[in-house]
Amino acid sequence: MAEVKELVKELVDKYGRERKNLLPVLQGIHLETNYLSKEAMLEVAKQMDLSAAEIYGTASFYSFLDTKADGKYKIRVCKSITCEMAGKSEIIRTLEDMLKVKVGETTEGKRFSLLETNCLGLCDQGPAMLINEEFYTQLTPAKVRKILGEYIRNKY
Amino acid sequence: MSNIKLRKVDVIFSPYSVAPYEILKNAMKRSKDEVVQELIDSGLRGRGGAGFPTGLKWKFAKQQESDQKYVICNADEGEPGTFKDRKLLVEVPRKVISGMAICAWAVGASKGYIYLRREYRYLVSHIEEELELYHKFAKEAGLDFKIEIFMGAGAYICGEETALIESMEGRRGEPRNKPPFPIKNGYLGKPTVVNNVETFASATMVCRMGADEYKKLGTDDQRGSKLFSISGDSPKKGVHELELGMSLEDFANEFGDGDTKAVQVGGVAGFCIPKKQFKTTIIGEGNTTGGSTMIFNSTRSMYNVLHNYLDFFAEESCGQCTPCRVGTQQLLKGIEAVKSKKKPPEYLDQLVKLAETMRLTSKCGLGQSVTNSFSSIVKNFREEMIY
Ligand SMILES: Cc1cc2nc3c(=O)[nH]c(=O)nc-3n(C[C@H](O)[C@H](O)[C@H](O)COP(=O)(O)O)c2cc1C
Ligand code: SF4
Ligand code: FES
Repeated sequence: MAEVKELVKELVDKYGRERKNLLPVLQGIHLETNYLSKEAMLEVAKQMDLSAAEIYGTASFYSFLDTKADGKYKIRVCKSITCEMAGKSEIIRTLEDMLKVKVGETTEGKRFSLLETNCLGLCDQGPAMLINEEFYTQLTPAKVRKILGEYIRNKY
Repeated sequence: MSNIKLRKVDVIFSPYSVAPYEILKNAMKRSKDEVVQELIDSGLRGRGGAGFPTGLKWKFAKQQESDQKYVICNADEGEPGTFKDRKLLVEVPRKVISGMAICAWAVGASKGYIYLRREYRYLVSHIEEELELYHKFAKEAGLDFKIEIFMGAGAYICGEETALIESMEGRRGEPRNKPPFPIKNGYLGKPTVVNNVETFASATMVCRMGADEYKKLGTDDQRGSKLFSISGDSPKKGVHELELGMSLEDFANEFGDGDTKAVQVGGVAGFCIPKKQFKTTIIGEGNTTGGSTMIFNSTRSMYNVLHNYLDFFAEESCGQCTPCRVGTQQLLKGIEAVKSKKKPPEYLDQLVKLAETMRLTSKCGLGQSVTNSFSSIVKNFREEMIY
Protein backbone atom coordinates (compact mmCIF):
# COMPACT_ATOMS: atom_id res chain seq x y z
CA MET A 1 0.00 0.00 0.00
CA ALA A 2 2.69 2.44 1.01
CA GLU A 3 4.47 1.59 -2.22
CA VAL A 4 1.46 2.33 -4.38
CA LYS A 5 1.01 5.63 -2.62
CA GLU A 6 4.61 6.58 -3.32
CA LEU A 7 4.38 5.53 -6.95
CA VAL A 8 1.21 7.52 -7.55
CA LYS A 9 2.70 10.55 -5.88
CA GLU A 10 5.80 10.32 -8.01
CA LEU A 11 3.75 10.11 -11.19
CA VAL A 12 1.33 12.84 -10.23
CA ASP A 13 4.27 15.11 -9.41
CA LYS A 14 5.86 14.28 -12.74
CA TYR A 15 2.83 14.76 -15.02
CA GLY A 16 0.66 17.15 -13.02
CA ARG A 17 -2.58 16.98 -11.11
CA GLU A 18 -4.93 18.07 -13.89
CA ARG A 19 -7.34 15.61 -15.40
CA LYS A 20 -5.61 15.75 -18.78
CA ASN A 21 -2.71 13.87 -17.21
CA LEU A 22 -4.81 10.93 -16.10
CA LEU A 23 -3.83 8.56 -18.90
CA PRO A 24 -0.08 9.09 -18.50
CA VAL A 25 -0.43 8.56 -14.75
CA LEU A 26 -2.43 5.35 -15.16
CA GLN A 27 0.01 4.10 -17.76
CA GLY A 28 2.90 4.86 -15.45
CA ILE A 29 1.35 2.72 -12.71
CA HIS A 30 0.62 -0.03 -15.18
CA LEU A 31 4.22 -0.15 -16.34
CA GLU A 32 5.46 -0.62 -12.79
CA THR A 33 2.84 -3.01 -11.47
CA ASN A 34 1.62 -4.86 -14.61
CA TYR A 35 -1.99 -3.83 -14.03
CA LEU A 36 -4.21 -1.32 -12.24
CA SER A 37 -5.19 -2.58 -8.82
CA LYS A 38 -8.17 -1.21 -6.98
CA GLU A 39 -5.84 0.32 -4.41
CA ALA A 40 -3.89 2.11 -7.10
CA MET A 41 -7.04 3.55 -8.67
CA LEU A 42 -8.31 4.71 -5.29
CA GLU A 43 -5.00 6.37 -4.63
CA VAL A 44 -5.09 8.17 -7.98
CA ALA A 45 -8.63 9.33 -7.20
CA LYS A 46 -7.43 10.79 -3.94
CA GLN A 47 -4.34 12.46 -5.29
CA MET A 48 -5.92 13.84 -8.48
CA ASP A 49 -9.11 14.83 -6.73
CA LEU A 50 -11.41 12.76 -8.93
CA SER A 51 -14.03 10.22 -7.96
CA ALA A 52 -12.98 6.59 -7.92
CA ALA A 53 -15.82 5.81 -10.31
CA GLU A 54 -14.38 8.29 -12.83
CA ILE A 55 -11.01 6.61 -12.66
CA TYR A 56 -12.43 3.14 -13.03
CA GLY A 57 -14.76 4.29 -15.82
CA THR A 58 -11.86 5.75 -17.73
CA ALA A 59 -9.44 2.88 -17.13
CA SER A 60 -11.93 0.19 -18.07
CA PHE A 61 -12.48 1.86 -21.44
CA TYR A 62 -8.97 1.07 -22.65
CA SER A 63 -7.82 -2.41 -23.51
CA PHE A 64 -4.20 -1.79 -22.50
CA LEU A 65 -5.16 -0.58 -19.05
CA ASP A 66 -5.77 -3.95 -17.47
CA THR A 67 -7.81 -4.01 -14.33
CA LYS A 68 -7.90 -7.82 -14.20
CA ALA A 69 -5.19 -9.48 -16.30
CA ASP A 70 -2.22 -9.09 -14.03
CA GLY A 71 0.42 -11.30 -15.59
CA LYS A 72 3.93 -9.93 -15.90
CA TYR A 73 3.97 -10.77 -19.59
CA LYS A 74 0.83 -9.98 -21.54
CA ILE A 75 0.53 -11.97 -24.69
CA ARG A 76 -1.85 -10.29 -27.12
CA VAL A 77 -2.68 -12.27 -30.22
CA CYS A 78 -4.30 -10.43 -33.12
CA LYS A 79 -7.73 -11.79 -33.99
CA SER A 80 -8.64 -9.42 -36.80
CA ILE A 81 -9.49 -10.74 -40.21
CA THR A 82 -6.21 -11.16 -42.05
CA CYS A 83 -4.48 -12.70 -39.05
CA GLU A 84 -7.43 -15.03 -38.67
CA MET A 85 -7.02 -15.98 -42.32
CA ALA A 86 -3.32 -16.57 -41.74
CA GLY A 87 -3.94 -19.09 -38.97
CA LYS A 88 -4.48 -17.27 -35.70
CA SER A 89 -6.59 -20.07 -34.19
CA GLU A 90 -3.67 -22.47 -34.31
CA ILE A 91 -1.51 -19.90 -32.58
CA ILE A 92 -4.03 -19.53 -29.79
CA ARG A 93 -4.30 -23.30 -29.41
CA THR A 94 -0.53 -23.62 -29.15
CA LEU A 95 -0.35 -20.91 -26.51
CA GLU A 96 -3.23 -22.40 -24.52
CA ASP A 97 -1.52 -25.77 -24.57
CA MET A 98 1.81 -24.42 -23.44
CA LEU A 99 0.50 -22.09 -20.77
CA LYS A 100 -2.35 -24.32 -19.59
CA VAL A 101 -4.74 -21.37 -19.55
CA LYS A 102 -7.55 -20.12 -21.77
CA VAL A 103 -7.75 -16.74 -23.48
CA GLY A 104 -8.42 -14.11 -20.83
CA GLU A 105 -6.67 -16.01 -18.06
CA THR A 106 -3.39 -15.61 -16.23
CA THR A 107 -1.00 -18.43 -15.38
CA GLU A 108 -0.34 -19.40 -11.82
CA GLY A 109 2.36 -17.24 -10.38
CA LYS A 110 1.10 -14.41 -12.56
CA ARG A 111 3.73 -14.80 -15.23
CA PHE A 112 1.66 -14.76 -18.40
CA SER A 113 -1.75 -13.40 -19.29
CA LEU A 114 -3.12 -14.65 -22.58
CA LEU A 115 -5.27 -12.13 -24.42
CA GLU A 116 -6.71 -11.55 -27.85
CA THR A 117 -6.66 -8.13 -29.40
CA ASN A 118 -7.72 -6.34 -32.56
CA CYS A 119 -5.45 -5.45 -35.47
CA LEU A 120 -1.87 -4.70 -34.44
CA GLY A 121 -0.94 -2.99 -37.69
CA LEU A 122 1.20 -5.94 -38.78
CA CYS A 123 -1.34 -7.41 -41.19
CA ASP A 124 1.16 -8.03 -44.00
CA GLN A 125 3.07 -10.30 -41.60
CA GLY A 126 0.32 -12.17 -39.81
CA PRO A 127 -0.38 -14.04 -37.66
CA ALA A 128 1.01 -11.47 -35.27
CA MET A 129 1.21 -11.00 -31.53
CA LEU A 130 2.66 -8.70 -28.91
CA ILE A 131 4.34 -9.79 -25.73
CA ASN A 132 4.39 -6.60 -23.69
CA GLU A 133 6.18 -4.16 -26.04
CA GLU A 134 7.75 -6.72 -28.35
CA PHE A 135 6.07 -7.82 -31.54
CA TYR A 136 6.29 -11.21 -33.24
CA THR A 137 5.13 -11.91 -36.77
CA GLN A 138 4.55 -14.70 -39.28
CA LEU A 139 3.86 -17.02 -36.41
CA THR A 140 3.62 -20.77 -36.67
CA PRO A 141 3.05 -23.18 -33.79
CA ALA A 142 6.74 -24.11 -33.91
CA LYS A 143 7.80 -20.49 -33.82
CA VAL A 144 5.48 -19.77 -30.92
CA ARG A 145 6.91 -22.70 -28.95
CA LYS A 146 10.40 -21.35 -29.53
CA ILE A 147 9.55 -17.76 -28.57
CA LEU A 148 7.62 -18.71 -25.49
CA GLY A 149 10.27 -21.24 -24.54
CA GLU A 150 12.77 -18.41 -24.46
CA TYR A 151 10.57 -16.30 -22.24
CA ILE A 152 10.08 -19.20 -19.91
CA ARG A 153 13.81 -19.92 -19.74
CA ASN A 154 15.40 -16.50 -19.78
CA LYS A 155 13.22 -13.62 -19.24
CA TYR A 156 11.88 -14.04 -15.75
CA MET B 1 -15.67 9.04 -63.30
CA SER B 2 -12.25 8.90 -64.81
CA ASN B 3 -9.56 6.42 -64.18
CA ILE B 4 -5.93 6.01 -64.99
CA LYS B 5 -3.59 3.07 -65.29
CA LEU B 6 -2.12 1.64 -62.16
CA ARG B 7 1.22 3.29 -61.53
CA LYS B 8 3.65 2.88 -58.67
CA VAL B 9 5.24 6.10 -57.58
CA ASP B 10 7.86 7.12 -55.08
CA VAL B 11 6.82 10.40 -53.52
CA ILE B 12 6.02 9.82 -49.89
CA PHE B 13 8.81 7.34 -49.30
CA SER B 14 11.33 9.12 -51.50
CA PRO B 15 14.62 9.61 -49.66
CA TYR B 16 15.23 12.83 -47.79
CA SER B 17 16.50 15.14 -50.52
CA VAL B 18 17.75 18.04 -48.50
CA ALA B 19 19.27 18.92 -45.15
CA PRO B 20 17.03 18.17 -42.15
CA TYR B 21 14.08 20.53 -41.97
CA GLU B 22 15.13 22.45 -45.08
CA ILE B 23 11.58 22.18 -46.49
CA LEU B 24 10.19 23.67 -43.30
CA LYS B 25 12.82 26.41 -43.41
CA ASN B 26 11.92 27.25 -47.01
CA ALA B 27 8.21 27.31 -46.20
CA MET B 28 8.90 29.76 -43.39
CA LYS B 29 10.47 32.17 -45.87
CA ARG B 30 7.14 32.54 -47.64
CA SER B 31 3.92 34.11 -46.41
CA LYS B 32 1.62 31.90 -44.36
CA ASP B 33 -1.31 32.51 -46.67
CA GLU B 34 0.80 31.50 -49.62
CA VAL B 35 1.71 28.16 -48.06
CA VAL B 36 -1.87 27.43 -47.06
CA GLN B 37 -2.98 28.33 -50.59
CA GLU B 38 -0.37 25.94 -51.99
CA LEU B 39 -1.94 23.16 -49.94
CA ILE B 40 -5.41 24.09 -51.16
CA ASP B 41 -4.21 24.19 -54.77
CA SER B 42 -2.55 20.79 -54.45
CA GLY B 43 -5.94 19.17 -53.90
CA LEU B 44 -4.55 17.11 -51.03
CA ARG B 45 -7.25 15.43 -48.98
CA GLY B 46 -6.94 13.87 -45.56
CA ARG B 47 -5.51 10.36 -45.60
CA GLY B 48 -7.12 9.21 -42.36
CA GLY B 49 -10.36 8.12 -43.96
CA ALA B 50 -12.75 11.05 -44.12
CA GLY B 51 -10.97 12.79 -46.99
CA PHE B 52 -11.47 16.41 -45.96
CA PRO B 53 -9.38 18.91 -48.01
CA THR B 54 -6.26 19.54 -45.94
CA GLY B 55 -5.56 23.10 -47.11
CA LEU B 56 -9.06 24.21 -46.21
CA LYS B 57 -8.76 22.71 -42.74
CA TRP B 58 -5.56 24.67 -42.20
CA LYS B 59 -7.14 27.83 -43.55
CA PHE B 60 -10.08 27.58 -41.13
CA ALA B 61 -7.71 26.91 -38.26
CA LYS B 62 -5.61 29.91 -39.23
CA GLN B 63 -8.69 32.14 -39.17
CA GLN B 64 -9.52 31.26 -35.56
CA GLU B 65 -8.65 33.90 -32.99
CA SER B 66 -7.14 32.23 -29.96
CA ASP B 67 -4.31 32.58 -27.47
CA GLN B 68 -3.48 28.91 -27.99
CA LYS B 69 -3.87 26.44 -30.83
CA TYR B 70 -2.83 22.82 -31.16
CA VAL B 71 -1.69 20.52 -33.94
CA ILE B 72 -2.28 16.81 -33.45
CA CYS B 73 -0.93 14.03 -35.59
CA ASN B 74 -3.35 11.13 -35.55
CA ALA B 75 -1.20 8.01 -35.31
CA ASP B 76 -3.90 5.83 -33.81
CA GLU B 77 -4.01 3.64 -36.94
CA GLY B 78 -6.45 1.02 -35.73
CA GLU B 79 -8.42 0.23 -38.87
CA PRO B 80 -7.90 -3.49 -39.53
CA GLY B 81 -5.71 -3.90 -42.56
CA THR B 82 -3.88 -0.60 -42.15
CA PHE B 83 -0.19 -0.33 -41.36
CA LYS B 84 1.11 2.48 -43.55
CA ASP B 85 1.34 5.05 -40.75
CA ARG B 86 3.63 2.72 -38.82
CA LYS B 87 5.88 2.39 -41.84
CA LEU B 88 5.94 6.17 -42.33
CA LEU B 89 6.92 6.75 -38.72
CA VAL B 90 9.66 4.15 -39.02
CA GLU B 91 11.09 5.20 -42.37
CA VAL B 92 10.40 8.91 -42.90
CA PRO B 93 9.39 10.39 -39.53
CA ARG B 94 11.02 13.67 -40.55
CA LYS B 95 8.44 14.22 -43.27
CA VAL B 96 5.64 13.72 -40.76
CA ILE B 97 7.17 16.08 -38.23
CA SER B 98 7.96 18.67 -40.92
CA GLY B 99 4.34 18.60 -41.99
CA MET B 100 3.20 19.16 -38.42
CA ALA B 101 5.61 22.07 -38.03
CA ILE B 102 4.64 23.69 -41.32
CA CYS B 103 1.02 23.42 -40.25
CA ALA B 104 1.74 24.87 -36.80
CA TRP B 105 3.72 27.73 -38.25
CA ALA B 106 0.97 28.52 -40.76
CA VAL B 107 -2.00 28.33 -38.40
CA GLY B 108 -0.20 29.76 -35.37
CA ALA B 109 0.00 26.78 -33.02
CA SER B 110 2.67 26.46 -30.36
CA LYS B 111 2.06 22.95 -29.13
CA GLY B 112 1.77 19.65 -30.95
CA TYR B 113 1.13 16.02 -30.09
CA ILE B 114 1.63 12.77 -31.87
CA TYR B 115 -1.20 10.56 -30.60
CA LEU B 116 0.45 7.17 -30.92
CA ARG B 117 -1.57 4.02 -30.52
CA ARG B 118 -0.50 1.90 -27.59
CA GLU B 119 0.26 -1.05 -29.84
CA TYR B 120 3.10 1.02 -31.38
CA ARG B 121 4.88 1.77 -28.14
CA TYR B 122 8.01 0.16 -29.53
CA LEU B 123 8.32 3.16 -31.88
CA VAL B 124 8.62 5.73 -29.12
CA SER B 125 12.41 5.91 -28.82
CA HIS B 126 12.79 6.05 -32.59
CA ILE B 127 10.35 8.95 -32.90
CA GLU B 128 11.87 10.71 -29.92
CA GLU B 129 15.27 10.67 -31.56
CA GLU B 130 13.86 12.49 -34.53
CA LEU B 131 11.97 14.90 -32.29
CA GLU B 132 15.21 15.82 -30.59
CA LEU B 133 16.70 16.80 -33.92
CA TYR B 134 13.57 18.72 -34.80
CA HIS B 135 13.52 20.66 -31.51
CA LYS B 136 17.13 21.63 -32.03
CA PHE B 137 16.28 22.93 -35.45
CA ALA B 138 13.14 24.75 -34.24
CA LYS B 139 15.16 26.52 -31.58
CA GLU B 140 17.73 27.71 -34.10
CA ALA B 141 15.03 28.79 -36.54
CA GLY B 142 13.09 30.64 -33.82
CA LEU B 143 10.01 28.49 -34.37
CA ASP B 144 7.92 28.30 -31.21
CA PHE B 145 6.36 24.88 -31.69
CA LYS B 146 7.04 21.90 -29.45
CA ILE B 147 5.94 18.35 -30.11
CA GLU B 148 5.30 15.57 -27.61
CA ILE B 149 4.16 12.00 -27.99
CA PHE B 150 0.87 11.15 -26.29
CA MET B 151 0.39 7.43 -25.78
CA GLY B 152 -3.00 5.95 -26.51
CA ALA B 153 -4.17 3.14 -24.29
CA GLY B 154 -5.82 0.70 -26.68
CA ALA B 155 -9.15 1.72 -28.24
CA TYR B 156 -9.96 1.79 -31.95
CA ILE B 157 -12.53 4.52 -31.48
CA CYS B 158 -9.82 6.92 -30.29
CA GLY B 159 -8.81 7.28 -33.94
CA GLU B 160 -11.98 9.33 -34.37
CA GLU B 161 -10.72 12.84 -33.83
CA THR B 162 -13.08 13.99 -31.08
CA ALA B 163 -12.70 10.69 -29.21
CA LEU B 164 -8.95 11.16 -29.53
CA ILE B 165 -9.27 14.57 -27.91
CA GLU B 166 -11.47 13.22 -25.12
CA SER B 167 -8.84 10.60 -24.46
CA MET B 168 -6.06 13.22 -24.36
CA GLU B 169 -8.13 15.12 -21.80
CA GLY B 170 -8.10 12.07 -19.54
CA ARG B 171 -11.52 10.66 -20.24
CA ARG B 172 -13.15 7.68 -21.92
CA GLY B 173 -12.66 7.96 -25.67
CA GLU B 174 -16.26 8.74 -26.50
CA PRO B 175 -16.83 10.82 -29.63
CA ARG B 176 -18.38 14.26 -29.25
CA ASN B 177 -21.15 15.73 -31.34
CA LYS B 178 -19.89 17.64 -34.39
CA PRO B 179 -20.13 20.58 -34.86
CA PRO B 180 -18.30 22.15 -33.20
CA PHE B 181 -15.33 20.72 -35.05
CA PRO B 182 -11.88 20.50 -33.49
CA ILE B 183 -10.63 23.44 -35.58
CA LYS B 184 -12.99 25.60 -33.50
CA ASN B 185 -13.25 23.73 -30.26
CA GLY B 186 -10.63 21.00 -29.90
CA TYR B 187 -8.09 19.96 -27.30
CA LEU B 188 -8.82 21.78 -24.02
CA GLY B 189 -11.42 23.81 -25.90
CA LYS B 190 -8.84 25.42 -28.20
CA PRO B 191 -8.65 25.40 -32.02
CA THR B 192 -6.97 22.17 -32.99
CA VAL B 193 -5.86 20.73 -36.31
CA VAL B 194 -6.04 16.95 -36.37
CA ASN B 195 -4.48 15.28 -39.38
CA ASN B 196 -3.42 11.78 -40.23
CA VAL B 197 0.28 10.77 -40.30
CA GLU B 198 0.26 10.35 -44.07
CA THR B 199 -1.51 13.68 -44.55
CA PHE B 200 1.32 15.51 -42.78
CA ALA B 201 3.96 13.64 -44.78
CA SER B 202 2.09 14.45 -48.00
CA ALA B 203 1.85 18.12 -47.01
CA THR B 204 5.61 18.18 -46.70
CA MET B 205 5.88 16.71 -50.20
CA VAL B 206 3.49 19.35 -51.55
CA CYS B 207 5.80 22.01 -50.15
CA ARG B 208 8.84 20.28 -51.61
CA MET B 209 7.36 19.70 -55.08
CA GLY B 210 4.96 22.63 -55.37
CA ALA B 211 1.23 22.23 -55.92
CA ASP B 212 1.51 22.17 -59.72
CA GLU B 213 3.89 19.26 -59.75
CA TYR B 214 1.97 17.36 -57.05
CA LYS B 215 -1.33 17.86 -58.86
CA LYS B 216 -0.02 16.10 -61.92
CA LEU B 217 -0.46 12.89 -59.98
CA GLY B 218 -3.94 11.44 -59.78
CA THR B 219 -7.20 12.51 -61.35
CA ASP B 220 -9.40 15.60 -61.08
CA ASP B 221 -11.26 14.02 -58.20
CA GLN B 222 -8.30 12.62 -56.35
CA ARG B 223 -4.98 14.34 -56.40
CA GLY B 224 -1.60 12.95 -55.58
CA SER B 225 -0.26 9.61 -54.54
CA LYS B 226 -1.44 7.43 -51.72
CA LEU B 227 -0.16 4.62 -49.59
CA PHE B 228 -2.04 1.35 -49.76
CA SER B 229 -1.71 -1.24 -47.05
CA ILE B 230 -2.23 -4.53 -48.81
CA SER B 231 -2.97 -7.73 -46.93
CA GLY B 232 -4.90 -10.96 -47.23
CA ASP B 233 -4.57 -13.26 -50.22
CA SER B 234 -1.81 -11.42 -52.01
CA PRO B 235 1.70 -12.44 -52.97
CA LYS B 236 2.69 -8.78 -52.64
CA LYS B 237 1.54 -7.92 -49.16
CA GLY B 238 2.92 -4.69 -47.73
CA VAL B 239 2.72 -0.94 -48.22
CA HIS B 240 2.65 0.24 -51.81
CA GLU B 241 2.54 3.84 -52.98
CA LEU B 242 0.27 4.30 -55.97
CA GLU B 243 -1.02 7.19 -58.01
CA LEU B 244 -4.65 7.78 -57.15
CA GLY B 245 -7.44 7.05 -59.60
CA MET B 246 -6.86 3.43 -60.68
CA SER B 247 -9.62 0.90 -61.15
CA LEU B 248 -9.99 -1.98 -58.75
CA GLU B 249 -9.56 -4.34 -61.67
CA ASP B 250 -6.02 -3.14 -62.32
CA PHE B 251 -5.38 -3.28 -58.64
CA ALA B 252 -6.58 -6.85 -58.24
CA ASN B 253 -4.61 -7.94 -61.28
CA GLU B 254 -1.45 -6.47 -59.85
CA PHE B 255 -1.81 -7.49 -56.23
CA GLY B 256 -4.21 -10.43 -56.16
CA ASP B 257 -3.17 -14.08 -56.38
CA GLY B 258 -5.08 -14.71 -59.62
CA ASP B 259 -8.08 -16.07 -57.75
CA THR B 260 -9.43 -12.89 -56.15
CA LYS B 261 -13.11 -12.93 -55.34
CA ALA B 262 -13.49 -9.69 -53.39
CA VAL B 263 -11.49 -6.76 -52.09
CA GLN B 264 -12.29 -4.89 -48.92
CA VAL B 265 -11.48 -1.26 -49.70
CA GLY B 266 -11.08 1.24 -46.85
CA GLY B 267 -10.84 -1.22 -43.99
CA VAL B 268 -13.78 -2.77 -42.22
CA ALA B 269 -15.41 0.70 -42.23
CA GLY B 270 -15.24 0.60 -46.04
CA PHE B 271 -16.84 -1.53 -48.72
CA CYS B 272 -16.42 -5.11 -49.79
CA ILE B 273 -16.33 -5.10 -53.57
CA PRO B 274 -17.08 -8.35 -55.41
CA LYS B 275 -15.21 -9.31 -58.55
CA LYS B 276 -18.02 -8.37 -60.91
CA GLN B 277 -17.70 -4.75 -59.81
CA PHE B 278 -13.91 -4.46 -60.09
CA LYS B 279 -14.02 -2.81 -63.50
CA THR B 280 -16.37 -0.02 -62.48
CA THR B 281 -14.83 0.71 -59.09
CA ILE B 282 -12.22 3.41 -58.71
CA ILE B 283 -10.33 3.07 -55.46
CA GLY B 284 -10.97 6.10 -53.26
CA GLU B 285 -14.08 7.30 -55.04
CA GLY B 286 -17.07 6.92 -52.78
CA ASN B 287 -15.17 4.43 -50.70
CA THR B 288 -12.97 5.65 -47.89
CA THR B 289 -9.44 6.74 -48.57
CA GLY B 290 -7.59 5.29 -45.61
CA GLY B 291 -5.78 2.88 -47.88
CA SER B 292 -6.54 -0.45 -46.24
CA THR B 293 -7.12 -3.04 -48.95
CA MET B 294 -7.70 -6.63 -47.93
CA ILE B 295 -7.85 -9.22 -50.65
CA PHE B 296 -9.96 -12.37 -50.43
CA ASN B 297 -9.64 -15.31 -52.78
CA SER B 298 -12.22 -17.92 -53.62
CA THR B 299 -11.31 -20.18 -50.70
CA ARG B 300 -12.53 -17.63 -48.16
CA SER B 301 -15.92 -17.78 -46.54
CA MET B 302 -17.47 -14.33 -46.68
CA TYR B 303 -19.66 -15.33 -43.77
CA ASN B 304 -16.53 -15.75 -41.65
CA VAL B 305 -15.21 -12.45 -42.93
CA LEU B 306 -18.39 -10.60 -42.01
CA HIS B 307 -18.59 -12.38 -38.67
CA ASN B 308 -15.07 -11.23 -37.88
CA TYR B 309 -15.91 -7.61 -38.81
CA LEU B 310 -19.08 -7.56 -36.72
CA ASP B 311 -17.23 -8.99 -33.78
CA PHE B 312 -14.78 -6.13 -34.19
CA PHE B 313 -17.50 -3.48 -34.36
CA ALA B 314 -19.41 -4.87 -31.40
CA GLU B 315 -16.24 -4.87 -29.36
CA GLU B 316 -14.99 -1.45 -30.42
CA SER B 317 -18.29 0.43 -30.26
CA CYS B 318 -17.85 2.91 -27.43
CA GLY B 319 -21.39 2.12 -26.34
CA GLN B 320 -22.43 5.72 -26.03
CA CYS B 321 -25.39 5.60 -28.41
CA THR B 322 -28.01 2.90 -28.59
CA PRO B 323 -28.22 2.30 -32.36
CA CYS B 324 -24.55 1.42 -32.52
CA ARG B 325 -24.22 -0.41 -29.21
CA VAL B 326 -27.29 -2.57 -29.72
CA GLY B 327 -27.19 -2.61 -33.51
CA THR B 328 -23.72 -4.11 -33.81
CA GLN B 329 -24.72 -6.95 -31.46
CA GLN B 330 -28.02 -7.54 -33.22
CA LEU B 331 -26.31 -7.78 -36.60
CA LEU B 332 -23.87 -10.31 -35.23
CA LYS B 333 -26.58 -12.42 -33.61
CA GLY B 334 -28.71 -11.98 -36.73
CA ILE B 335 -26.25 -13.50 -39.17
CA GLU B 336 -25.58 -16.33 -36.75
CA ALA B 337 -29.31 -17.03 -36.57
CA VAL B 338 -29.66 -17.13 -40.34
CA LYS B 339 -26.64 -19.36 -40.71
CA SER B 340 -27.97 -21.83 -38.14
CA LYS B 341 -31.43 -21.73 -39.77
CA LYS B 342 -33.08 -20.28 -36.68
CA LYS B 343 -34.18 -17.41 -38.90
CA PRO B 344 -35.26 -17.52 -42.55
CA PRO B 345 -33.03 -16.03 -45.27
CA GLU B 346 -35.41 -13.05 -45.59
CA TYR B 347 -34.28 -11.98 -42.16
CA LEU B 348 -31.13 -10.72 -43.87
CA ASP B 349 -33.18 -7.96 -45.48
CA GLN B 350 -34.32 -6.80 -42.09
CA LEU B 351 -30.73 -6.75 -40.94
CA VAL B 352 -29.73 -4.61 -43.92
CA LYS B 353 -32.46 -2.17 -42.94
CA LEU B 354 -31.16 -2.11 -39.40
CA ALA B 355 -27.65 -1.36 -40.68
CA GLU B 356 -29.06 1.47 -42.79
CA THR B 357 -30.85 2.87 -39.75
CA MET B 358 -27.55 2.81 -37.90
CA ARG B 359 -26.08 5.01 -40.63
CA LEU B 360 -28.77 7.60 -40.02
CA THR B 361 -28.96 7.49 -36.25
CA SER B 362 -25.46 6.78 -34.94
CA LYS B 363 -23.42 9.58 -33.51
CA CYS B 364 -20.08 8.93 -35.15
CA GLY B 365 -18.41 7.32 -38.12
CA LEU B 366 -18.09 3.92 -36.47
CA GLY B 367 -21.81 3.23 -36.16
CA GLN B 368 -22.56 5.10 -39.37
CA SER B 369 -20.22 3.02 -41.50
CA VAL B 370 -21.09 -0.50 -40.30
CA THR B 371 -23.60 -0.70 -43.11
CA ASN B 372 -20.87 -0.23 -45.72
CA SER B 373 -19.32 -3.61 -45.27
CA PHE B 374 -22.43 -5.26 -43.88
CA SER B 375 -24.70 -4.43 -46.80
CA SER B 376 -22.06 -4.94 -49.46
CA ILE B 377 -21.25 -8.42 -48.16
CA VAL B 378 -24.83 -9.51 -47.48
CA LYS B 379 -26.04 -8.30 -50.86
CA ASN B 380 -23.19 -9.69 -52.92
CA PHE B 381 -22.59 -12.94 -51.08
CA ARG B 382 -26.08 -13.81 -49.95
CA GLU B 383 -25.77 -17.57 -50.54
CA GLU B 384 -22.69 -17.70 -48.36
CA MET B 385 -24.66 -16.10 -45.53
CA ILE B 386 -27.37 -18.75 -45.74
CA TYR B 387 -25.64 -22.04 -46.55
C1 LIG C 1 -14.19 5.08 -35.99
C2 LIG C 1 -13.18 6.00 -36.60
C3 LIG C 1 -11.82 5.68 -36.51
C4 LIG C 1 -10.86 6.51 -37.07
N1 LIG C 1 -9.55 6.15 -36.98
C5 LIG C 1 -8.61 6.96 -37.52
C6 LIG C 1 -7.24 6.63 -37.43
O1 LIG C 1 -6.86 5.61 -36.85
N2 LIG C 1 -6.33 7.46 -37.98
C7 LIG C 1 -6.71 8.62 -38.61
O2 LIG C 1 -5.86 9.35 -39.08
N3 LIG C 1 -8.00 8.95 -38.72
C8 LIG C 1 -8.96 8.17 -38.18
N4 LIG C 1 -10.27 8.54 -38.28
C9 LIG C 1 -10.60 9.83 -38.93
C10 LIG C 1 -10.44 10.99 -37.97
O3 LIG C 1 -11.66 11.18 -37.27
C11 LIG C 1 -10.14 12.29 -38.69
O4 LIG C 1 -11.06 12.47 -39.70
C12 LIG C 1 -8.74 12.32 -39.29
O5 LIG C 1 -7.77 12.05 -38.33
C13 LIG C 1 -8.48 13.67 -39.89
O6 LIG C 1 -7.24 13.69 -40.54
P1 LIG C 1 -7.10 13.75 -42.12
O7 LIG C 1 -8.01 14.84 -42.60
O8 LIG C 1 -5.68 14.05 -42.32
O9 LIG C 1 -7.50 12.42 -42.63
C14 LIG C 1 -11.26 7.71 -37.73
C15 LIG C 1 -12.61 8.01 -37.82
C16 LIG C 1 -13.57 7.18 -37.27
C17 LIG C 1 -15.00 7.56 -37.39
S1 SF4 D 1 -21.68 5.44 -33.21
FE1 SF4 D 1 -20.86 3.82 -31.89
S2 SF4 D 1 -18.73 4.37 -31.56
FE2 SF4 D 1 -19.77 6.20 -32.36
S3 SF4 D 1 -20.43 7.35 -30.56
FE3 SF4 D 1 -22.12 5.99 -31.06
S4 SF4 D 1 -21.74 4.13 -29.84
FE4 SF4 D 1 -19.85 5.29 -29.85
S1 FES E 1 -5.10 -8.13 -38.89
FE1 FES E 1 -3.65 -8.88 -37.47
S2 FES E 1 -2.21 -7.29 -37.42
FE2 FES E 1 -3.78 -6.45 -38.68
